[in-house]
Amino acid sequence: MDILDFRFDAIWNYRELFIRGLWITLGLTVVGYAGGLILGLFVGLGKLSKKKWVYYPAKYYVDFFRGTPLLVQLLLIHTALIPSIFGHSLGFFVSGAVALMLNSAAYNAEIIRAGINSIEKGQMEAARSLGMPYKTAMRLIILPQALRRMIPPFGNELIALMKDSSLVSMIAGSELLYAGKVVAGATLRPWEPYLTVAVLYLLLTFIFGKLISYVEKRFSNSYVPSPRKQRLSVGRTEAGG
Amino acid sequence: MITIRSLHKSFGSLQVLQGIDYEIKEKEVICIIGPSGSGKSTFLRCINLLEEITRGEIFIDGIQVNDPKTDINEIRKEVGMVFQQFNLFPHMRVIDNITMAPIKIRKMGKTDADTLARQLLKKVGLADKADAYPEQLSGGQKQRVAIARALAMKPKVMLFDEPTSALDPEMVKEVLDVMKQLALEGMTMVVVTHEMGFAKEVGDRVAFMDNGLLVEEGTPDELFNQPKNERTKAFFSKVLV
Repeated sequence: MDILDFRFDAIWNYRELFIRGLWITLGLTVVGYAGGLILGLFVGLGKLSKKKWVYYPAKYYVDFFRGTPLLVQLLLIHTALIPSIFGHSLGFFVSGAVALMLNSAAYNAEIIRAGINSIEKGQMEAARSLGMPYKTAMRLIILPQALRRMIPPFGNELIALMKDSSLVSMIAGSELLYAGKVVAGATLRPWEPYLTVAVLYLLLTFIFGKLISYVEKRFSNSYVPSPRKQRLSVGRTEAGG
Repeated sequence: MITIRSLHKSFGSLQVLQGIDYEIKEKEVICIIGPSGSGKSTFLRCINLLEEITRGEIFIDGIQVNDPKTDINEIRKEVGMVFQQFNLFPHMRVIDNITMAPIKIRKMGKTDADTLARQLLKKVGLADKADAYPEQLSGGQKQRVAIARALAMKPKVMLFDEPTSALDPEMVKEVLDVMKQLALEGMTMVVVTHEMGFAKEVGDRVAFMDNGLLVEEGTPDELFNQPKNERTKAFFSKVLV
């Protein structure tokens, strides 16, 4: 049977293709994620605005980018939007990173909005009752608390975005999955290249997962800094204050 | 010092306050009592405009609070507030909870603010908790810190919104004692409370609210011992005084 007859030596000859793909996947992830965080903050704050001309653009932005498939967005950007602005394509990396950024910004905006809304109303009231203007209260009281609550969903978003970057193979972006496709075509063996791709994606999610749980541990448990206290407060609900 | 004229407040079609007139003089301690849902807390929260006023006027030191031209932050600097749920800022140490508003809002120097905060902590009996985080405190301690935080702005009047209702019974006294001390020092106070003993002992005047109206008011002796209104009598017949 074919399945039992794995020949990974066939893959070894193409190792440089996989390594290049790994780096490009990583690059798309980092650029798309960083851009998505910054853009998402603005869109998220827009969705919290009481001003209609700020709220509605932010709302429609989120509706569009969450409501349509990323692949459709990617093709629109790569084959329609960018060529009609610049007259020619700027390459798969720019199209891919822009699509991932715009798409993840919509999800990040919702994370930011929900994070800010999750802070008890009393926190804003207490700050305002001391004579603090709204913006100052947001910056000093609400955001520092809300950011901690956003860490776990931001972590999920990172992993989701990394896997979504495989769609860039559809515009012939030479990222990790594309490497697998090329090798599968060249060797006429589907198992080994696609399994290799899967394992490499797993490796990336494993590394990102470690990174995320480090950040979560560092920030999400307790405000009390001493390590002993931090251990004690694990699993305890946050006190009402 | 505080003049309230024909105060109305409704949430949608629900009328919570249906026309309240009241006058609070300097150094007076006013206790507001009444059944749940009678509008006591809403009344208190209208004074520093945490609730928007539907109709009527409130003046503090001759300045109309609900005049659109009034800078509400300037008013709130002079009106301290203590909440049922404490609303301490969980991401800051106790000392920073207290110094933040004087530094950021009153532009007080850092060392001056620190000295003031330590004096206030001593006053509420928590001199040793300056470096603790709110989650490390008991409910009674949290509420005493919240009182110190409000006092740090050197307000002219203090509003207390059921300050002991969220506390375990054994912690009620430590908070009431701090409030009693404050009253003895001549602070103008408006206290919404279910603590009839406190109202009787510390209140200069007690006001009974029911159904969005201020039904009856007078000295503790007048109200507790010779209530005139039928609803006041009915209320006292149900609560332990």
